[in-house]
Amino acid sequence: MAKVIINVQKCKGCLLCLNFCPKGLIKKSKKLNLRSLNYVEFDPQGECLGCLQCAVVCPECCIEIRE
Amino acid sequence: MGKIKILISGNEAIAQGAIQAGCNFYAGYPITPQNELIAYMAKNLTQAKGVFIQAESELAAISMVYGASAAGARAMTSSSSPGISLKQEGISYLAGAKLPAVIVNIMRGGPGLGNIAPAQSDYFQATRGGGHGDYQTLVLAPGSVQEAYDLTQTSFDLADKYRLPVMILGDGILGQMMEPVTLSARKIKVLPLKSWALTGCRGRKPNIVKSFFLREGDLEKFNLELQKNYALIRRQEERYEALYLKDAKIILVAYGSMARIAKSALMQLRGLGKKIGLIRPISLWPFPQKPFQLKNKKIKFLVVEMSYGQMLDDVRLAVCGRQKVEFLGRSGGGVLNEEEIIKKVRELVSS
Amino acid sequence: MRTFKRPESLYDNSTHYCPGCGHGIAHRLVAQVIDELGIREKVIGVAPVGCAVVAYDYWNFDCSEAAHGRALAVATAIKRVHPENIVFTYQGDGDLAAIGTNETIHAANRGENLTVIFINNAVYGMTGGQMAPTTLLHQKTSTSLEGRNAALHGYPLKISEMLALLPGVCYIERVAFDSPQGILKAQQAVKLAFENQINNLGFSLVEILSPCPTYWGLNPKAALDWIQEVMKKEFPLGRLK
Repeated sequence: MAKVIINVQKCKGCLLCLNFCPKGLIKKSKKLNLRSLNYVEFDPQGECLGCLQCAVVCPECCIEIRE
Repeated sequence: MGKIKILISGNEAIAQGAIQAGCNFYAGYPITPQNELIAYMAKNLTQAKGVFIQAESELAAISMVYGASAAGARAMTSSSSPGISLKQEGISYLAGAKLPAVIVNIMRGGPGLGNIAPAQSDYFQATRGGGHGDYQTLVLAPGSVQEAYDLTQTSFDLADKYRLPVMILGDGILGQMMEPVTLSARKIKVLPLKSWALTGCRGRKPNIVKSFFLREGDLEKFNLELQKNYALIRRQEERYEALYLKDAKIILVAYGSMARIAKSALMQLRGLGKKIGLIRPISLWPFPQKPFQLKNKKIKFLVVEMSYGQMLDDVRLAVCGRQKVEFLGRSGGGVLNEEEIIKKVRELVSS
Repeated sequence: MRTFKRPESLYDNSTHYCPGCGHGIAHRLVAQVIDELGIREKVIGVAPVGCAVVAYDYWNFDCSEAAHGRALAVATAIKRVHPENIVFTYQGDGDLAAIGTNETIHAANRGENLTVIFINNAVYGMTGGQMAPTTLLHQKTSTSLEGRNAALHGYPLKISEMLALLPGVCYIERVAFDSPQGILKAQQAVKLAFENQINNLGFSLVEILSPCPTYWGLNPKAALDWIQEVMKKEFPLGRLK
């Protein structure tokens, strides 16, 4: 299972990652980051396949995928 | 080895001077009356293992000079009046990115397409920055083919020293006329180290060449830095020739080819016992202030130009109302001759 | 298991781009390819005028600014002075295909050994969404209020197809940021364009159909869908040369 780390301070809430996650493991947070933007969060219970789609599509390069 | 003397046109002398100074990049676009320069570079710079590019336009040529200078090369371009108008875009960027470069303008008649006859009507666009923004180019105006050769070499050193574009301002007469030139044995000094140049960031932090300062206050700060550099150049780089100023009652002021004709008129008048002097500004920016600081209020200055009075403004500013400043000029291809100058001097003497 | 982390050639900065903008993706692709090829210390990038004007704030290697449209003239000179360096330009549609058309065509025609990353988002973004040379017919912009009209504004300019005709050109491919798969294909194309330069093969250009959600008036996902459904019809993907 892969580990998904989202840098929420860099996230601009464009939601592209959320749209492309095949398992729907990324959710829009109700909270705001320091730039007053709604960021996305990875479901802590989710089992990531490591397909990288979210990281590849992220314009801010703020998603890291680790083993 | 003895000194070598060759017969060569002004355009070719500038090209040869550049190669002698270690110029290793030239980009240009054909325009009369400077075509001998680009042709000379095509042959001789390539032989000297430099890069020669015939660009698709003046805009491209000056941007190539920008790129080459950013990469650390000694870069040059040349053109004539309408082409220089186009190059002003890149000249402003060079100034904004603090890049050294040498730009040659062999002036022709204007405005618009004008004609291909000699003129000095680009004095304003040369000495007032020329493009957008608060910047200056250092402007040198050779008066002979030998001086064109020598000053071209100086231009590269000044451009590197002060990190700004230097313009050599000549006219069609200077570009086309052939004169003997003594080639200097000036060895190419080790070129100044350019730690800011783009070479790939091996072993150092990345270098950025740019003129863009978006954050509030940054551009103003940068402009003040430029102004400080310009003030230093003003103090250190005035160049001029002065003749017979001690007893002169009328002082001719002329630059470039026009100064040669003025000098010839001066010698005739001196032969007749008339007390005439001459100031020939060699640096047009910074404009020489020193020779104009004369106490005798009865002196008259006569500015002679192949334009309708452009350098005239700088003479008036330098004289600052202490003495009378008169003007004689022709343009659009008209070149004043000695007789016309002598006639004007006689009028001033009797008035 | 595959992993993903920020490339070394991309500074750990936030961009100034709007949410969902393709520039961020393209910057990262370029940085990733440069890392993969191990050429970070040899690369010199030339940034355009347009939204990506401060691309050098994001890239961790030597960069130059160029006047609007003149990136390929600047890059030509840098490469000729330093043939051993890897030189690329990163340009938008206004920069490359309007004000810089002359520089683009002639650098390509000289067969300059350069890599060009051409971002086609069919609008001028930096200045507020005006009509670009690549704006689609009927597409509304702030200077084509009723939509681009062929009779008044001409047609979307297919500069990549034009460049593919030139003998000096080595490689041209059009790719699209319409999905993660499209982005991965784009990455391969960008890599090939850099490899060509390393192998001294000449002028290589990758045109990327890239989203501008702000001036298309679409949300980021819908912007990707618009590339997929509309833009690709006008600008077909694939290798043009």
